Amino acid sequence: MSGLTPFMSAMGAVIWKDLRAEWRSREVISAMLVFALLVILIFNFALDLQPNVRAGISSGVLWVTLAFAGTLGLNRSMAVEKDRGCLDGLLLAPVDRAAIYLGKAFANLLFMLLVAFIVLPVYGILYNTNMIIPGLLLVILLGSEGYVAVGTLLASMAVQARTRDILLPILLFPVAVPVVVSAVKATGGYLAGLGWEEIQPWFTLLVVYDVIFTSVAFMVFDSVVEE
Amino acid sequence: MLQKPKLLTVLDVAAIASFLAATALVFFYAPLERVMGAVQKVFYFHVASGWVGMLSFLVAAIVGIIYLIRKDLKWDSVGVAAVEIGIAFTLINVVTGAIWARPIWNTWWTWDPRLTTATIMELVYLAYLMLRAGIEEPERRARFGAVYAIVGFLSVPLTFFSIRLFRTIHPVVIGSNDPGAMGAFDMTPTMTQVFLFSLLAFTIVYFDLLWHRIRLGRLAERVESLRLKVQA
Repeated sequence: MSGLTPFMSAMGAVIWKDLRAEWRSREVISAMLVFALLVILIFNFALDLQPNVRAGISSGVLWVTLAFAGTLGLNRSMAVEKDRGCLDGLLLAPVDRAAIYLGKAFANLLFMLLVAFIVLPVYGILYNTNMIIPGLLLVILLGSEGYVAVGTLLASMAVQARTRDILLPILLFPVAVPVVVSAVKATGGYLAGLGWEEIQPWFTLLVVYDVIFTSVAFMVFDSVVEE
Repeated sequence: MLQKPKLLTVLDVAAIASFLAATALVFFYAPLERVMGAVQKVFYFHVASGWVGMLSFLVAAIVGIIYLIRKDLKWDSVGVAAVEIGIAFTLINVVTGAIWARPIWNTWWTWDPRLTTATIMELVYLAYLMLRAGIEEPERRARFGAVYAIVGFLSVPLTFFSIRLFRTIHPVVIGSNDPGAMGAFDMTPTMTQVFLFSLLAFTIVYFDLLWHRIRLGRLAERVESLRLKVQA
């Protein structure tokens, strides 16, 4: 990694560490996946997803599933750092702390996308709908990015509080609402086959909140982890 | 510190007087709206308390930024005060809205985007209080509170612009209305006067309450430190 700036290589190292740890244990991904599938199955009973009703709520079911599974992953990703003092080790490293944040966020994003790309075809097969639409995949990418950007920041606060396991969803869900709502609306638009001019406002809102959340988290992460 | 500042007493009097005056104007000076009747009068306090709630959360976000730069705990006590008062006024806003909606929309509550986003905003700040309750160390509590007040405030503009983004039945009195809005009306000049006065009155009441709450926070800190001194 000699050609990269120190910032990029530090970020790459954090991502690589997370991916390798996950590859060895496969704890987080498997938990998120099983959880996501369970949520879909429970929704099937709870909402009685009939073909005619389903079209309108598929996007909602999909995003609630992703958001719940994402919370699981975010909590875990920061809890393992806190538990064995790994976070202190990371903070002692002479690198920009924003690089640590971006590394963690990127690794979390990869996990969430991996879950999404397994859940999507499974949902498509179970309910006999085509979920693989290029625009929809882009919305999944952007929605997950915004969710993970603010989620990683809040998770690193939540793990330092006394009530850490229950705190993250309470902190994250209301704040992430703009991202989730615009992602649900844009996804619903693609699933219903609406034109770009109907989807565009939600798409724009999603991009705006991605930029806002990522840049704000990038700026304030330093004060969340300082000791 | 222990003595109540003179200016605060002046502000107390101004707050009480302007609040009473606003109430009197609403009931005796503002004209009766032709279609909705007396229940329309809730509008003056509904919008004013909504405005104070938003202002309060804005104050919390700004002092959050100042705290993160200066690291001075006095800004943190301003932040908590602002959030607590904002929660109270947003609740007043939602409740008065429900009182108005019962006769006009024929329901206390409807899952309208404006109503829903306002309630989510309230939940953001309840989460803020829960976050603070989970941290003992004052300096860390202040830092996390500041960060969350900043991040939380970013979702507030959505609340405000939701009536323009979504299709909604919530009326817009200032600016153009969605064709689906129910209970919309145009303000007469007299109504505008009363409306602006109640905004002013609520703003004065807000700053008065904010000052009292900040003072209360400081006094509580002082009691705490004196207690530690006595125990030692």
